Amino acid sequence: MSAHVLSNTGVMLGRSIRHVTRSMDTIITVTIMPIAFMLLFRFVFGGAIQAGTDNYTNYLMPGILLIAISSGISYTGFRLFNDMQSGIFERFHSMPIARSAVLWGHVLTSVVSNAISVVVIILVGLLMGFRTSAGVLDWLAVAGILILFTLSLTWLAMIAGLAASSTDGATAFSYPLIFLPFISSAFVPTATMPAAVRAFAENQPVTSIVNALRALFDQQPVGTGIWVALGWCAGILVVAYAFAMRVYRRKVA
Amino acid sequence: MDTPPPAIHVSGLRKSYGRLEVLKGVDFTVAAGSIFALLGSNGAGKTTVVRILSTLLKPDAGTAGVAGFDAVAQPERVRESISLTGQFAAVDQILTGRENLVMVARLRQVSDPGRVADDLLARFGLTEAGARRVATYSGGMRRRLDIAMSLIGDPKVIFLDEPTTGLDPEARIEVWKEIQGLADSGTTVLLTTQYLEEAEKLADRIAILHQGTIIVSGTLAELRGLLPAAKAELVERQPTLEEIFLAVVGNKEQS
Ligand SMILES: Nc1ncnc2c1ncn2[C@@H]1O[C@H](COP(=O)(O)OP(=O)(O)O)[C@@H](O)[C@H]1O
Ligand SMILES: [Mg+2]
Repeated sequence: MSAHVLSNTGVMLGRSIRHVTRSMDTIITVTIMPIAFMLLFRFVFGGAIQAGTDNYTNYLMPGILLIAISSGISYTGFRLFNDMQSGIFERFHSMPIARSAVLWGHVLTSVVSNAISVVVIILVGLLMGFRTSAGVLDWLAVAGILILFTLSLTWLAMIAGLAASSTDGATAFSYPLIFLPFISSAFVPTATMPAAVRAFAENQPVTSIVNALRALFDQQPVGTGIWVALGWCAGILVVAYAFAMRVYRRKVA
Repeated sequence: MDTPPPAIHVSGLRKSYGRLEVLKGVDFTVAAGSIFALLGSNGAGKTTVVRILSTLLKPDAGTAGVAGFDAVAQPERVRESISLTGQFAAVDQILTGRENLVMVARLRQVSDPGRVADDLLARFGLTEAGARRVATYSGGMRRRLDIAMSLIGDPKVIFLDEPTTGLDPEARIEVWKEIQGLADSGTTVLLTTQYLEEAEKLADRIAILHQGTIIVSGTLAELRGLLPAAKAELVERQPTLEEIFLAVVGNKEQS
């Protein structure tokens, strides 16, 4: 990558980060819903859920983080859509700058803003009794998985932001993603589910990612499950990226 | 005789959106350092021409050359030579005016972006508003900021797509002054407009885009010569561009 591309991407990242920090309400919106779910599951349903654990906050933390990221990326689609509508995209594209910088500015902003909400939620989780024995390497692995997950969903959001014809279209794609953790091992063990639901739950990406994160937080062996989790993230990332670039090239001459 | 190469050269340009044939063979040439007005009613295809010239859209046929480079084959070189002020102000509403200018200066990698931004704010009467978010600006202020952003990096050729549409008369006159100033400093300006008065006031040459082709082009004096003799007798004062436009478009539709 040339210095030119890096410099352009840095400017785009700076711009888009300002959009995030100047609308703190979006950060609050993005963190409040997962925190509400965390309270609900911990203090309302938690007592009745037999998860085979003595710390249910630990059990639900990975799923809560995935919900936070799934809702956070809808703002990425929203910001990209606004740029497409406002004409500033055309201005950038008529300038002698690296065109990839325009998209990567949004992608990196998505990673940074989701990282902020993840940190906020973990801090709230600590207040609610979340405890982990994870060491530095475990934390790095957790961060790596979450960043890869964010990147893969961000490129899905880029497709929506590029292709949408309304604000709703640019954000609504995230709703089903937010629900995936509920049909997974995120809140209850899959063993109690009816066969068909259980088959879905055990073979969709969220379960493998949740299990890997839970193992890392608990310093348990991650087993081969972590490769399934990484495979899902990398697969979604590659497909979404390829598709987003196709839409991009169709929209931009 | 040694004439400098034209800043813009368009020939046989065609473009359709699906079945809608918008450009049906457009030709024109713009001399370096001049102001050229592309005149046409709403939907005539002015923005389409500007988007092709600024490498945002590929033509179906024909060539579009800017500053000696081909817009399709050498888009990067064209982008280094131009600046686009689109039909709708392309400014970042969440950033302040100054931040918008600094952003463009940094993207164009000019030295001392902060000073460039402050100079432009002063030149466009936006110094006081510079620290405010653009969302709070009036239409005229946004347009001035938009044009100021286009000047960063001293592009050789500037495209202004309907730069004064929606502005009040005062703001319009300010924008006209800036456009005149640009041409005086050697920049080539292609502006599109629906206002005949604007073309009349600013442009060295005027071309009328109608039903997919340039139906007439020339200096204002040349266009005046096109007015049918009978009509010219009825009009005692100098005919306005509006009268010429209506006469030419009327002829075209009868034939
Ligand atoms: N992306 C597009 N898809 C379909 N039709 C378009 C598109 N852009 C412009 N048009 C149509 O092409 C015609 C010319 O548009 P435009 O170049 O914007 O004209 P002008 O700028 O002179 O008003 C209009 O009828 C417009 O509706
Ligand atoms: Mg237009």
